[in-house]
Parts: sequence; structure tokens; C-alpha cells
Amino acid sequence: MATKGESWLRSESAQGYALISPPAIYALLLLAAPLATILAYSFFKDGYLTVIHEFTLQNYVATWSDPIFRVILIRSLIVAGLVTLVTVGLAFPIAYYLSFGLAPNQKARWIFLITIPFWTSYLIRVFLWKVILGYNGVINSALEGIGIIGPNGLIADPLQMLNSVGAIALTLAHAYAPFAILPIFVSLEKIDRSLLEAGQDLGESRWRTFLRVTLPLAMPGVVAATLIVFIPTVGDYVTPELIGGGKMPMVANLIQAQMLPLDNRPMGSAIAVSSLLVVAALSLVFLWLNRRFLRVGK
Amino acid sequence: MKISSLKLYALAYLVFLYAPIFLLPLFAFNDGTIIAFPLKGFTTDWFAKMAENDTLRHALTNSLIIAVTSSAGATILAVFAARASTRYKFKGKGGIMGLIMLPMVLPDILMGMSLLLVMLEVLRVNLSIATVILGHVIISLPYAIAVLQTAFATLDQSLEEAAVDLGETRMSTFRLIVLPLVMPGIISAFLISFTISLDEFIVAFFLAGNQPTLPTYIFSQLRFPSAIPVIMALGTCLVAASILLLSVAEFFRRRGIKRTGAKDTGGFL
Repeated sequence: MATKGESWLRSESAQGYALISPPAIYALLLLAAPLATILAYSFFKDGYLTVIHEFTLQNYVATWSDPIFRVILIRSLIVAGLVTLVTVGLAFPIAYYLSFGLAPNQKARWIFLITIPFWTSYLIRVFLWKVILGYNGVINSALEGIGIIGPNGLIADPLQMLNSVGAIALTLAHAYAPFAILPIFVSLEKIDRSLLEAGQDLGESRWRTFLRVTLPLAMPGVVAATLIVFIPTVGDYVTPELIGGGKMPMVANLIQAQMLPLDNRPMGSAIAVSSLLVVAALSLVFLWLNRRFLRVGK
Repeated sequence: MKISSLKLYALAYLVFLYAPIFLLPLFAFNDGTIIAFPLKGFTTDWFAKMAENDTLRHALTNSLIIAVTSSAGATILAVFAARASTRYKFKGKGGIMGLIMLPMVLPDILMGMSLLLVMLEVLRVNLSIATVILGHVIISLPYAIAVLQTAFATLDQSLEEAAVDLGETRMSTFRLIVLPLVMPGIISAFLISFTISLDEFIVAFFLAGNQPTLPTYIFSQLRFPSAIPVIMALGTCLVAASILLLSVAEFFRRRGIKRTGAKDTGGFL
């Protein structure tokens, strides 16, 4: 028996488990366990300054019957949907250019250029959009400078652009741009170039080859890009706070208010779990709608 | 799909990406208290004010401690995960890696609030920069793994086999053959994690208690119009620092790929 145990210890999977266990245990303790704690707390009662560990569905009833929660959730989904549409739509041609229009030795340099803004101070980048879109901001002063805004111009008063869903969406679309480009780029890179030649040899036009060969093969990347932009943007806290001026809260702002200033942690947890379930359900529907394309890659 | 018009579009897109960042130095060196055009004159006052600010210095010290510790932790854990996932087959690998990589898609606020709940209600520990470090390791781990997976995946396994055939043990093979080859990847993963931690706001906002970090300090100042010029100066320094860090990270990433003799297939992330 000892030899069997020994050979298992030396086996490939035993070594794999031994190697993966430090990061896996860390993720269990500091990711899975905390997420489970949120779930548990969402079923607890809130007492004054303390939490009563008794099972209740009250937090969920309160969350879903609150019209403010529904307005905020729908706003978050609309903003995230807009951001995803804009980001993925703008990103596809860039990914296409990176993959098909550049010499191999230039690709890494372009990707580096595209990812740099993503890594530089998120807060300050968001705030700069406030500077650009503000009442005395870059756009308004530029329009005043060329005479479009002003007493004799086309428009009398500076444009009111901040504190709107559009401004929040624009700012987030800028912040998440590289997140959309990279997955699409990766799936375009995987396409066998001879397939495209074959399409054209068989008499398809370049446009139809693109529609019938390139686009379907790039869909796994588009699907990944959509989810990787949509899910985090639903939960963005900074942009609604800075660009929406606090008047356009999204789900994260609601959760933060419950967790910190209001100190109702079971309620905050129930809001978080509810929003997460809605987002997960939408993501699954989206994956199901695209199942045809996702099977191709396997 | 004409490539030349696509190139024009790509260049316009780059301008859109960089436009806000180009505004930073304009306002940081602008001799006016209001962030608006037209610009007044040139001044370095805001940088001097920034250097004199004690809270800011405290926040910077905290942020550097957090960034160094958490990226060291994330990089070490990432070496284990990247090695295990590229070299070994075992049951449940997809699920385990999925859990570890999850923070890449989860909204940061979920990590922040769930860790806050665990720290305050379950473990009952005081919030400090230590709790931020624990959170930042979880957040930067997936990015460090992504960088290191490329480094490990491009390794030629026959090199290891040759070393074992020549009498090296598994440990000494790892130390003498694998580690030197993936070293550039390790440095690159560390620098990426460092940049993420230095810039991370929401987890620090939840977990730092009353300790300031650079991003939470910046966030608290953005409400005060009079504080903005100093923040613009600070932002200019931060952007310069992260471009420098990322360029070094990219340098090492490419060197690593060259060392293992693989083809460069793109950037990190």
C-alpha cells in the first residue's frame, strides 16, 4: 500500500495540487469565504449597531419593494449596457487593425500604447472628464473660443453635460476601452488566415468573407469583451459619484451607503446579492444567445 | 475594410484614449486656482505645495508600503498558480483557476464590502493598512498570474527534462533552469501588481479605516475646488511614475519572451 501512496505523491496531479494550494487557499479564505459571508448576512436581521444572527427574508423583501432600488438598478444596467455597446463597438475596428493591419513586430508596441492609459490613476482620469465636460470645461470653452457658444453664437449658454447618464457612460467607456480591445484581438489572432483566402478564392467578396468567416470566428472574443466590460461597470462607484455629482447613484453607491454611513450591513449585503443575481442572470442569457458562436471555438 | 482608413481611426482612437492624460500637466503647471481654459501662466507652485503636504506624504508612505507588500505576496502566489496551471494536469483545475481569476471580472466593490464584513463582523479586527494589503493581494493576483502564465507557457519542457537526466533534482532544476528563464516574467508581474495596488481606490476606501492611501486621499480632496491644482500636480507625478513602471515591466516581459525563444504575441492584461 505504501508504494501506491508514494506513487500517488509523485504523480502529476499530486504535484499539481501541492503547487496550486497556496493561491487556492488564499482565494478560498479571502474571496470565497467573504462572498459567502455576504450571502449569509443578507439573511440576517439588522439590530441597532449590531447584527442579529437570525434567518429572515426581510432584507430581500425590503430591497425589491423599494422603488428607489429598482430605479437605481435599472439605471446601472442601462449605463453598463450603453458603455458596453460603445466600448465593444469602438474596440472592434481597433482589434481588427491590430490583428490584420500591423506587422507582427509592431503589435506588442500598439498594445502597450493602448493599455498604458488603463493603468494610470483611475480616479484622476475620471475627474479629468469632469474638467472636459464641465460648465467651464474644455469643450465649452473651446466652443466659446470659436464663437459657437456666446451672445452671438448658435447657442447662448454653455452646454450642460455633467450629471447625466450620457456623461457617466462616456467616462466609463473611456476607462474600460482596453478591456474590450484585448479579448477581441486575441480571438482575431487565432483565426487561420488561409480560411479568409479560401473564402475569397471561392468567390466571396472581402466584405462577405468578413461577415461569414471573420466575424463568427471573432464572436468568442466579442462575448468575452462584452461580459468583461458589462459586469464591472454595473458595479462602478467612482464615476457616478464624480461625474454624476452624487445625483445619479448606481448600485455601488447604494451599497456603499448601506455598508458605511448607514451601517445596515444585512441590507447592504441583500442589495449586493440581488444586483449580482440580476447581472449573473443577464450574463447567462447573453451567453445562451451566443451559444452558436461559442461552440465553434471548442 | 480598408487598412489605411482603419489606421486613421486607430490613431484617432489613441488621441481619445490619451486626451484626458494630456490635460494633466497643462493644469498642473497652470498659474491659476481654477481648472478651466484659458490657461494663465507657468508655475511650479503646485508641485512645491504638494511636497509640503504632510497628509499627502503620509498617504504616499502608506500606499508604498501596501504596494510593495501586496505585490510581493501576489507575485509569489502567482508563481505557484501559473506553474501549476501551465505544467500540471489535475482534476478541478478549471474550477480552482476560475475562482482565483474571478476578481478580474467581479466589481471591486464586492471585494471591498465582503472583506469589510469579514474583518469587522467575523474576525473583529481593526481596519489598518494590513487589511488593505490582504485585499490588494486578491485583486492583483489574477493579473500577476496572466503575466506569469505566458512566461511559464513559453518554457521548453525538454530543458527541464535534460536537467533531470543530467542528475539534477526537481528543486534544483526549478532553481537553476526554470527560475532564471521566468525571472523577467516575475519582475513584470511584480511591477504590474505594484501599479494596480498604487492606483486601487475602492478596496482601500473600505478597508483602510482612518489610514489615508494616495487614491483615498485624492478622492477626499476632489470635493474641494481649492485643492484641485495640487491634485493635478500629484496626478502628473503618478502618471509619469506608472508609465515608467509599465515601461520597465514591458521591457522585462519582452526580454523573458526572447530568453525562452518564443514569439511575442501581444501585451499583458
